[in-house]
Amino acid sequence: MTRYTKRNGLSRRTMLKSGVAAAAGTLAAPMVWAQSNIVLRQAGTGVSAFNEIAEKAFEDLGITLEMTALDSDAVTQRVATQPDSFDIADIEYWICKKVWPTGNLQAMDTSRVLNYDKIAGTFRTGKLTLASEIAQGTAPHTVGFVEGVDGTDFVDNESGWMTLIPTIYNADTLGIRPDLIGRPISNWSELLNPEFAGKASILDISSIGIMDMAMVCESMGEITYADKGNMTREEIDKTMAIFTEAKKNGQFRAFWKSFDESVNLMASGEVVIQSMWSPAITAVRAQGVPCVYQPLEEGYRSWGGGMGLAASLEGAKLDAAYEYINWYLSGWVGGFLMRQGYYSAVPETSKLFMSDDEWGYWYEGKESQGEIVSPSGQVLEGPGAVRDGGSFLERMGAVACWNSVMDENQYMVRKWNEFIAA
Amino acid sequence: MSETIGEARKSRLSLSAIADKIAANKAVSGWLMAAPLALVLLLFLVIPIIMIAVVSFWRATEFSIIPDFVFENYEFLLTSPVTLTVFINTFKYAIVTWICTLLIGFTVAYYLAFHIREMRWQVVMFLLCSIPFLTSNIIRMISWIPFLGRNGIANSTLISWGVIDEPLEWLLFSDFSVILAFVHLYVLFMVVPIFNTMMRIDKSLVEAARDAGATGPQILWNVIIPLTKPGLMIGTIFVVTLVMGDFFTVRIMSGSQSANVGRLISNDIGLLQYPSASATAIVLLITVLLIIGILLRFVDIRKEL
Repeated sequence: MTRYTKRNGLSRRTMLKSGVAAAAGTLAAPMVWAQSNIVLRQAGTGVSAFNEIAEKAFEDLGITLEMTALDSDAVTQRVATQPDSFDIADIEYWICKKVWPTGNLQAMDTSRVLNYDKIAGTFRTGKLTLASEIAQGTAPHTVGFVEGVDGTDFVDNESGWMTLIPTIYNADTLGIRPDLIGRPISNWSELLNPEFAGKASILDISSIGIMDMAMVCESMGEITYADKGNMTREEIDKTMAIFTEAKKNGQFRAFWKSFDESVNLMASGEVVIQSMWSPAITAVRAQGVPCVYQPLEEGYRSWGGGMGLAASLEGAKLDAAYEYINWYLSGWVGGFLMRQGYYSAVPETSKLFMSDDEWGYWYEGKESQGEIVSPSGQVLEGPGAVRDGGSFLERMGAVACWNSVMDENQYMVRKWNEFIAA
Repeated sequence: MSETIGEARKSRLSLSAIADKIAANKAVSGWLMAAPLALVLLLFLVIPIIMIAVVSFWRATEFSIIPDFVFENYEFLLTSPVTLTVFINTFKYAIVTWICTLLIGFTVAYYLAFHIREMRWQVVMFLLCSIPFLTSNIIRMISWIPFLGRNGIANSTLISWGVIDEPLEWLLFSDFSVILAFVHLYVLFMVVPIFNTMMRIDKSLVEAARDAGATGPQILWNVIIPLTKPGLMIGTIFVVTLVMGDFFTVRIMSGSQSANVGRLISNDIGLLQYPSASATAIVLLITVLLIIGILLRFVDIRKEL
């Protein structure tokens, strides 16, 4: 690395300076990576692979981003088996728990991450506010740090070596069609309510689906889990038994695996209640179909994504990756993502790139003053609308569990296969 | 200089002499002619299958596969109650699809071959049959979804005609929709070989049968069907292997609610369980080979082609 920096005439100090400039977003002195033709290959889940981000990154930094969008399973596979096929892995925290032991990713030096101190507490200490409780499951901070650049074991403190830099995250709940249901829904157990027989759906991604199942079973009062994110075989069996019975009784219309499928199921009225992701709700509403991201008494099932660096990154490419990350956290991307209903890792920098009304609506849970417009220019809400679930603190503060990988993951996966085949 | 030319000429001579000898030896030339295809098949068919067989005895953790020799994958596969259900499901899809495509394929081919007299119109009609198949498989399949849905065209039409009061739920995300899509996707694989063999049937045989006093059904049963057997068999092999190996149609059209063997394999691959996927693939391969073996006992395709 030293050799590289010397050759390019860049010291770490100038790097940091230019990073600061990019972070401030006002001084137009970004590093011109275009001269050295830096290309970063980013493989990730479709949620955060936006062309707009790649374009803006090129404009601001001169770094060419080649984005590959895959589903969670395919990303896991890619990171675990083809370490040379990507430079940046944009994965979820539970995937990190799975793939980190392969040694295909390297930890990041938090001293090189400019806005590290401003990253939401959820990702550093596990506590959003000092008073908040740590939710069950693979909470990001539990797989967020290792002891050194090539550390393989996760540590439970802010060691200065971060596995993933959080990109986006959200609190998920059930999506409903209020017009077709016609009564208030306030518990997870409603998913298995016979009233919605043939009109319910859950997602067919085992590690996420099992958590939704657990929320439902707990809400029904059928099972009390010691830790939903790390079930015992017995708990898995019981959970699956309840859902297999429901499936046989025709409770489910379909299961979905991709974002588009969930949108179509809901918009077409095939399904009136299902597990869903926030932007899918937005997509349904954009078609003029009423759809609510229903806050429930038991709380949210949350997920978080982050970027990890490939172990093979070094020299100028590694420097460019750090600069990209610093740029990512500096606000523009945050604003872009927040306007679609996600949260960004460093909310305060995003504020600079959002109007007060947008900030109020998306982050503070306030009533909108004017029209709320998506980054693609679609009008999502008129004046007087309030975000489902309220403010950032209300939503992220009510997280009951995180998407997880369990110790009994292989057993769970086999049971999941049985459930699908049943 | 002249020396080298002489040498070169000599070696060329000896080369051509060798070539002559090889050509003279029929066994060697036969092997040589077969070699390119054999090599391609070896590289791209035999070796991969051997690899799959080998991997099926390996072990896997969540993110890595470990070379080993264990029967764990087969043990789990053969003792799991799911395997049986899934195989029964796979056979069910294959058999029902086979019957439907056979009936449709035979009728269409029969019409094309015996009712349309002019060659030109036969070609035109045949091309017409294949036009829908110029679009992507996936598009053809997915376009059924809005058609069959709860508020889809089929249901709303039936309701507006007063045929039904409530939308039919079983039209979509059911075995019905899976088989419908299969039939739609694969019927051409039945039409083509049957049409092909029917076109080779000597028309004078049909006339002779008629002169001898055979009725229409008798001609069909005793003359045409026996002579069409190779086409029927080739079509059957196409359809059965395609349906048994498919996973995507089942996933999309059943709304992920039913599984066949292909989905079992794709789920395993998605979760990095390559050894277990390989074991399932080997069992499926053996099953399909057995079916084809049985089918070939009924008709000797080579003799009749």
